[in-house]
Amino acid sequence: MTTTEPSAANPDTEAEAPPPDPNAVQITINGRPHTARKGQLLIDAAADAGEYIPRFCYHERMTPVGKCRMCLVEADSGRGPAVTVSCMVPVSPDMKVDTESPTTKRMQEGILELLLANHPLDCPVCDKGGECPLQDQAFSHGPGESRMLEEKRHYEKPIPISDLVLLDRERCILCDRCTRFADEVAGDALIHFNSRGNNTHITTFPDEPFASYFSGNTVQICPVGALTAQPYRFKARPWDLSQQESTCTSCSVGCRTVVQSSRDELLRYMGVDSDPVNHGWLCDRGRFNFESVKSDQRVLQPLVRSGDGFQPVTWNAAMAEAAALISEALAAGGANSIGIIGGARGTNEDAHAWARLGHDVIGTPNVYAQMGDGLPNGLLAESPATIDEAANAATIVLLAPDLKEELPVLYLRLRDAAAKRRSRIIEFAPKQTGLTSYAWRHVAYEPGTQAAAVAATLSDADVAVQLAKGNVVIVVGRANLAESSAATIAALNEVRAAVPGAKVLTAFRRGNVVGALRVGMRAGAGGLDTRGMLQAAADGKIECLVLVGADPLADFPDTNLARRALKAVPRIIAVDTFLTGSSQQANVVLAASAYAEKAGTHTNLEGRVTALAREVTPAGSTRADWMIAAELALELGTDLGYSSVADITASIAENVSGYEDVTVASVAGDGVLAGVPTDLDAVEIPLPAVPERNAYEYRLVVSRVLYDKAISTVQSPSLAHLAPGATVHLHPLDLERVGTSDGSEVKVSGTRTSVVFRAVADDTVLRGTAWVPFNQPGPNVGELIDCFAPVNDVRIETI
Amino acid sequence: MSRLNEANVMLAKEIIGRYPKARSATIPLLHLSQQQNGYITDDAIAHIAELVGATSAEVLGTCTFYEMFKMVPVGKYLVNICGTMSCQLLGADELMHHAEQTLGVKAGGTTSDGLFTLEHAECQAACTEAPNMQVNYRHCHRMTTTNFDKLIDDLRAGRLEGEIPVHGTLARVRQQIPADKAAGVASPDAPVVPAWMPEAAQ
Ligand code: SF4
Ligand code: SF4
Ligand code: FES
Repeated sequence: MTTTEPSAANPDTEAEAPPPDPNAVQITINGRPHTARKGQLLIDAAADAGEYIPRFCYHERMTPVGKCRMCLVEADSGRGPAVTVSCMVPVSPDMKVDTESPTTKRMQEGILELLLANHPLDCPVCDKGGECPLQDQAFSHGPGESRMLEEKRHYEKPIPISDLVLLDRERCILCDRCTRFADEVAGDALIHFNSRGNNTHITTFPDEPFASYFSGNTVQICPVGALTAQPYRFKARPWDLSQQESTCTSCSVGCRTVVQSSRDELLRYMGVDSDPVNHGWLCDRGRFNFESVKSDQRVLQPLVRSGDGFQPVTWNAAMAEAAALISEALAAGGANSIGIIGGARGTNEDAHAWARLGHDVIGTPNVYAQMGDGLPNGLLAESPATIDEAANAATIVLLAPDLKEELPVLYLRLRDAAAKRRSRIIEFAPKQTGLTSYAWRHVAYEPGTQAAAVAATLSDADVAVQLAKGNVVIVVGRANLAESSAATIAALNEVRAAVPGAKVLTAFRRGNVVGALRVGMRAGAGGLDTRGMLQAAADGKIECLVLVGADPLADFPDTNLARRALKAVPRIIAVDTFLTGSSQQANVVLAASAYAEKAGTHTNLEGRVTALAREVTPAGSTRADWMIAAELALELGTDLGYSSVADITASIAENVSGYEDVTVASVAGDGVLAGVPTDLDAVEIPLPAVPERNAYEYRLVVSRVLYDKAISTVQSPSLAHLAPGATVHLHPLDLERVGTSDGSEVKVSGTRTSVVFRAVADDTVLRGTAWVPFNQPGPNVGELIDCFAPVNDVRIETI
Repeated sequence: MSRLNEANVMLAKEIIGRYPKARSATIPLLHLSQQQNGYITDDAIAHIAELVGATSAEVLGTCTFYEMFKMVPVGKYLVNICGTMSCQLLGADELMHHAEQTLGVKAGGTTSDGLFTLEHAECQAACTEAPNMQVNYRHCHRMTTTNFDKLIDDLRAGRLEGEIPVHGTLARVRQQIPADKAAGVASPDAPVVPAWMPEAAQ
């Protein structure tokens, strides 16, 4: 650090003006002096000075390319006024800029006339009409008329470039935003300029669609209506939309969004540029699964079991029934015989109300928000890193699942860090991931050998030098659902022992799981986690199970245990938005409000608390989870004292460690980082002995991909068909060894049962292992997972 | 079935090895593929993408940018008649008309015997010799209908085989870079002082 500040102790310097900021550049914009930053692009400096220069191709989050020429201004850098592309030229000292000179205006008119020469001007039927930069700037800066009398260029009107995105090449102004995004931000360069000159247009390769997980962003950043999204096409006009800022809860990255609706119907989510979180980007699942909120399969009113089916009842009847079930269970087995699973789907307030109902009213310690597919919650207390810290670390150590599949926008942030060479990634994974090609070191390990692989890599001299540079962030998550989480903790401990200063970013996946755990949806003293509750239930020790937006049959890795548990429990209360496999087995289903139907706060994986907006009226007579908890408490004779979301937000600030600064005001915008929790148990899980793998068996690796049978994906027609389906992936040489070929069916046998999958030859899979995506349509790999085994080995045979 | 053949894959690997970044070899490999098949197919593009580590869409974008890469089959001889101003003033239109009559195809078409593809071209940079045309990019200056007919006759009769190789041919003798002359491949991220700079001697 340089110490340029004048010191008060030295009287000589006191009178002097402070030394000039070496990063300041003095320029003049439209006759007014302005202090810009060194290296800042003229277009941004002008914006800071309050002069908006029109633009199409320039985007703050991407490399400037100077493609559209809309941003031309007159600038004098000492050699007289010259036409300057303001998005490509950095400010220079004493630059004099005129963004409104007659020459500037003539250039702007010329560019717009040129851009409109071939533009179809079908604004009345264009989705973008009303919020279109081309329309707006043609109005504000255009010539008002065209000299183009000839026939305009024609292309086939919209062609699908993927299942979700359509391209109208007549409207395209070739700004290179979508293609730059695909290449530079998403790393999926599946769309590209084709041909040259007047024939230039955007295409995909034939039969290779723009199947990027991030394709929806191109629709948002296209400055015209050339790219439209299937789920929104022709649904509304922008001036009919009402909107509020909110947070995506489809995974725990917590991207900032704008939720838009018209006539009380959700129609679109847009990304908001939040510097610490998502930089404006969303993944397609988060962007398009709003369709599930208005699905006609929603549970619209409370249901009570009658025979094999359900009977719709009033809320009073349902509450009375639920309270009766709990009271019966209390009488039959005491508080410890009641378990509450879930809470990760809702708001912090929902989870807090349920936690209080469980812990304080019912008095059970068996409360848990994770579904047996995460890691011990104590990790949240261990020197947490922010997303920004991870994306600016010198070294990122990945002990995580495929972030591209599970936490897509976190993947974008870390990919950016590696692609722009800010960070080096050392990745440990049982299978190649989306980040593997960006990794400095990729270490593939067979399940069970993770800690050893880490130890061996850490003893490498180059790695040691890299780690010694400091600024290390470890991203830790559950990379394999068919393996004990103890292995990951042991690996984490190896890294932390070698790099004591390393910070940890927990890659917990499910929506608000971090918030739910922190505000209380975790086991109390002597309480059980989800695996423990399901095991106890299967053993007949649980009298009543409450599923708060939880579907263990789909989400708990060990399907067999989940099934036995739900079968054995005499009383199940489900709080759910849909009748899932699990809630179908409930005695009472309490109809819950969905995302965007309730306000509250959300905690993302780094502990950032942001606001959730209520944009539409709750469907049917559904209620927010917190209301259900409060009323159930009342039925049970205790008043939680909550009559509004704000009550609970305040109660969280008062009672939850680290949430002291969380207020309705502080969660606005980028939100507030919760402090490090001090009330979590330290992580201690002994590493189980891992048996040797028989040479003829394959070690099972199970992880999620972006599109699966998650209810919000299944219930969104645009996304439902994108799930790839359950297949078993083997290394091509292993497939040969099994004696079969890509595409044929094989029998996969675990200790309990056999499942038939289609086999896929996949060289991203390590030899000796078999990878199956979790929770996919088709055969269920969960049947092969024993959640108590340190690893799961399977035999694979032809049929 | 129009991926690079085995011999050309070896060659492709050698070509890729000459560049610090594999994708820099995209254009040489497109040429190689055009030499093999006479034009460039989608399969070839996918194969090249695989070899240089780009996406097929990127290679397609590069390929379609350049006029000399043909995405459809063309004749053994590609006849390009210049239509830019000097040539036009000195009879390019008449020449084109005559060529269309003689070959029996419109500009852009290929004769049914697969021998000739006729095309319009932009300036061939020999305006003093107008009107100009090219056969497989070999210049033919001061064309008249008479010497056009003679040229076509000669090509048909195979009298120019040695002079004008078939379309797509890059070179009849491939360049060999002896090991001691090869500049070597330096990573762009680790710039080294070029061998010819005095600093390099130290
Ligand atoms: S489709 Fe849109 S974003 Fe893409 S180049 Fe055209 S105008 Fe730009
Ligand atoms: S990355 Fe996660 S939070 Fe962001 S848009 Fe996708 S699902 Fe939503
Ligand atoms: S915004 Fe500067 S050239 Fe497009």
